[in-house]
This record gives sequence, structure tokens and C-alpha cells, in this order.
Amino acid sequence: MRQTKSLRGTLGQQPWALWWTQGRRLTGIEVRRNLFSWKALWIYALAFIPTAIILAHALVDIHRVSAIDEDTNVLAGIIQLYYIRLGVFFGCLGIFTRLIRGEMVERSLHFYLLSPVRREILLLSKFVAGSIAALLLFVTAIVADFVLIYAPFGAAGRDYIFNGPGLGQLEAYVAIIILACLGYGSVFLLLSIMFRNPIPGAIILLGWEAINPILPSLLQRLSVAFYLRHLMPVEIGAQGLFALLTVKTEPVSAGLATLGLFLLTAAVLVFCCLRIRTLEIRYTTE
Amino acid sequence: MNDLIVFNNVSKFYGEVLGVNQISLTIPPGITTLVGPNGSGKTTLMNLLTGLVQPSSGSISVMGISPQDATDFFRNVGYCTQFDFFPRGITGWQFVLDGLRLHGMSQVEATRLASESIERMHLGDAAHRKIEGYSKGMRQKIRLAQAIAHHPKVLVLDEPLNGLDPMARAESMALFEELGRQGMHLLISSHILDEVDRISDRVVLITGGYLIAEGNIHQVRQEVHEKPMQVLIRCDRPEVLASKMFALNHCVEARLHADGRGVFLRTGDIDQFYSILNEIGSEGVVRIDAVAPADDNANAIYQYLIGPDGSAS
Repeated sequence: MRQTKSLRGTLGQQPWALWWTQGRRLTGIEVRRNLFSWKALWIYALAFIPTAIILAHALVDIHRVSAIDEDTNVLAGIIQLYYIRLGVFFGCLGIFTRLIRGEMVERSLHFYLLSPVRREILLLSKFVAGSIAALLLFVTAIVADFVLIYAPFGAAGRDYIFNGPGLGQLEAYVAIIILACLGYGSVFLLLSIMFRNPIPGAIILLGWEAINPILPSLLQRLSVAFYLRHLMPVEIGAQGLFALLTVKTEPVSAGLATLGLFLLTAAVLVFCCLRIRTLEIRYTTE
Repeated sequence: MNDLIVFNNVSKFYGEVLGVNQISLTIPPGITTLVGPNGSGKTTLMNLLTGLVQPSSGSISVMGISPQDATDFFRNVGYCTQFDFFPRGITGWQFVLDGLRLHGMSQVEATRLASESIERMHLGDAAHRKIEGYSKGMRQKIRLAQAIAHHPKVLVLDEPLNGLDPMARAESMALFEELGRQGMHLLISSHILDEVDRISDRVVLITGGYLIAEGNIHQVRQEVHEKPMQVLIRCDRPEVLASKMFALNHCVEARLHADGRGVFLRTGDIDQFYSILNEIGSEGVVRIDAVAPADDNANAIYQYLIGPDGSAS
């Protein structure tokens, strides 16, 4: 009881208002620098390549009402096989490894470490900024894909969205993208803090995510893809090599999957905070 | 809260490479110059002081605050590093303003302080240009502007005169002198010893990661017993004075000043030297106009203790 009171007293004495202000300002600076940069062009391309292809189909192909279900499966496939496995994965790799390691390489991280900001606030603000940048790109892309898939069907498409399962599926896709960005983002941030070159770690993670469905149940839970799979609103029947990526696993409820991914993200971020406390500026070794 | 910078038995190893070894220092307010050859550990010492690297052992505090407590620490400390790199695509104005906004200041207050420090460094015209387009001297100035913008009590300056033209160098020196007079801590590392020496209160000599000497420049000079001190005496008959001093004191060298109205004398016993000089002056044979130590400056101390090749003698 006394310990709880003491903890509450300690927490109450912390300068939360200042930390909030600093966090908001750091996030603003980081978003400005992350989102509007020529170096991020390839990430824009990753996000909008499917959109461009779907747009081409929308303009060229004839859309019969009977093809709505087929296009719904195509969209589910694009999201599960392209966005989650490749687009969001590599996009987050580009965005989140730049936050700390990129600044070490550019030799500009010391300006942040010499400001009156706790390193944990700095790290979390950078993570929030990276998440905002990633979500703006990928959520916009997913919404555009969704609209471009159903718009050419005219009234049938609108009916599918507003009176059918369409809107629910869109919500689920957006939720999946948000969780994917947070989950992969936190892991890539950690890799960039731990290793001078985070790419080998990212490749191992890509392999881990690919073989995850065939791993024992306990190990499956140490994966971002594991939780995302259980949130997919449309099941795709993949064949051949793609089957490996879509193996059915032990069922997990949507709530539990979301909670699991949040916990995974939180645990990784706590570890990142501990690591950044002892981070040293030694540019000559970069 | 005290007003001291304290290094308590601080060592830093980069793997097996020594950064600095068992440094114990207490630095009071005023201007302190960090002197040593390249790779001697000056920048390591400054990075340790500001928390950019962590000590392998020992502890550091600035006015009782640990570098780990970033919020309090960097409200009181400004560090102008030697790293000539900036966040990509940023203007000079943004660079200074962003730093101030992270202190939690309002936009109005941050704008006022940013303007003040940028004007102080005479960068007003270039402030809204991207730093990528700045000259080396301008980049040095904008770093200085950022370091002093929040009015820190302690200013750490790693080679602050690098890249500055003579005019900017003189202005920076005047600024450091003014800040020192205001009771600020200034810890300066510089290889332009002649200029820094003019404003320094104290000197810290370091080589190979080891502390060689520290303290008031005159005291440190007097402790270098094996090197006779050199004194310049302005007088009307320098030859007569030189011969008398040779006869009475442990003078080891005499050299006439170029204008013929003074003499440089080296002595192994400075106390006796001044006493005899007073006697000669009171005799009236030689009219003594001025007496000044000629080699108790940071440059001479550096040469005596560290040597021209950087190896401690």
C-alpha cells in the first residue's frame, strides 16, 4: 500500500506537461523531415505501386457485377501478400531504421542528444513520427486501392461497400496496416539501435515471418504476421509457393491478436528505451 | 547546487583503446582552456562531460547535475561540438529555433532567443538559407549560435575558432571573454593557443589520455621547475641590467629585445630574481619601465610539458 502511494507520488512529481510538449515538438520536426524527403521516394513507390496497377485495371478492364467477389479476393491477396509481406515490411524498414541509425550515419544524432530531452522521450517521439509517416502512406494507399477496386462497378460497388461487407473489410484492412506499421516499426527501430547494419537482421526477420506458420505454437506468437493473419477479413486460397505464406494456424480471436501485437510492440519499445539510455555518439566507427 | 564541473576519477576505454585515464578535475567558473595534441583525449573529455559517451568508470557532474539527467543538465549546458554535420535540409533559423522549442519554450520566446543569438553571431542575412549552402565559418557560427541561444551557465566549445576568419575569430574571442566575465563556465579546446591564452583563467593539459597539469596558467608555469622562466624587462639600459642579473641571480639566458629597449632573461629562481630586480631598480643605475613574464602562457606551457611532437616530456 505504502509502495503504491510512493510510486504514485513519484509519478506525480514528473514533468509530464514538459515531456508532452517536447514529444509533440520532436514528433513535428521528425514528421517534417521523414515525410517530405527525396530519399523517401522509394517508399512512396512501394506504397502506391499496387494503386497504380489497380488504377490501370479500373481504366482499361470491363467490370461485370459478377466479378466483385473475384476482385475482393484480389484485394485481400494484394494486402496480405504484397502490403504485409513486402510493402509495409520494407517501407517500415526504410522509415524506422533511419530514425536513429540513419542519423548516426548522417552524423546529426548528437543534436538531439544534446537537447534537454530525456532519451526515452526522444525515442518514443521518433517512433510516433515514423508511425505517422508510415500510416499516412500505407493507409492512404490501402484506401485508394479499395476505392479503385469497387468504384468501376458503379452502383453494385457502392452497394457492396455501404450495404454489404465492404466497409467492414476496409476497417479491418486499415486496422491491419496500423498494427503492421507499429509492429514492424518497433522491431526495425530496435534492430537499428542494436546493430550498425540492421539489414541482415531484417532479412532474418523476413525469413522468420515466412516460416512462422510452420513453427511451434509458442514461437508463432513472436511474430507480427502471426497476429495480422488472424485479423484478415477475407481468406485467400493460395496455391503453390504462396501456400506456405498462408498456412492456417491455431485460431486466435481478433481481440487477442490485437492485444498480442500491442504487447509485442510495447515490449520491444521498452527494450529500445533501455538501450538508448546507454547509446554513445562515436561517429568514427559508423 | 554548487558551481563546479567535477570529473571524479573518470576513465574511458573504446574497447582496448584508451580515451582518457583516471581524470580527476574540479573546474570553477571562468574560462578554462583544454590543451593537448590531436588524439590526446580533449574531445573525449568534452563528450564525457556532456553525456555523448559514457565513462567506463568514475563519475561526472556539472553544478551537481549528472549528464544522465538530460532535462536539467542541458538547460544549464550548451555544447558546440566539432562535428561539422547538421540535420538534412535544415535552415540556420530552423536549426536554432528547433533546439529552443525542445526546451519547452513558447514560440514567441523561442523566436526572440533565436533572433538574439543569430544576430549576435552576425548571421541574420543567412539565417533563412539552408545550412548546406553555408561556408565553414558560417557553419561554425550557427553551431555557436545554437549553443548559446538558451543562455546556458556552462558553455563547452570544441575547437570553436576552427574555420573562422580573423575578424570572426576576434569577435568570438570577445564574446567568450564577455561570457566569462558574466560568471559563466567556458570550457574551450583549441589549438590556437595564442588567442585563447589571452582570455583563459585556467588551463588543463592533457596528452595520451592522461592529465598532465591543471590550474591557473601562472601557477602551472611556476610548477615547471626544470624550465627556467623567461621575463621581459623594459628599461633604458638593458645590457647593464643583463650583466648585473647574471652576476647576482641564477640567470641562464639573456636576449636583447629587437627594439633595444628591453631584455629577455631566463632564471631558475624567480623569487630571488624579482627581489634582486627591485634592488637594482632602487639603486637608480637602470630605469626599469615594465616587467612581464614572457613564457607563462598556454603556448609555452604546452611546449614545455607536452613538446612540439605531442609526447609529454
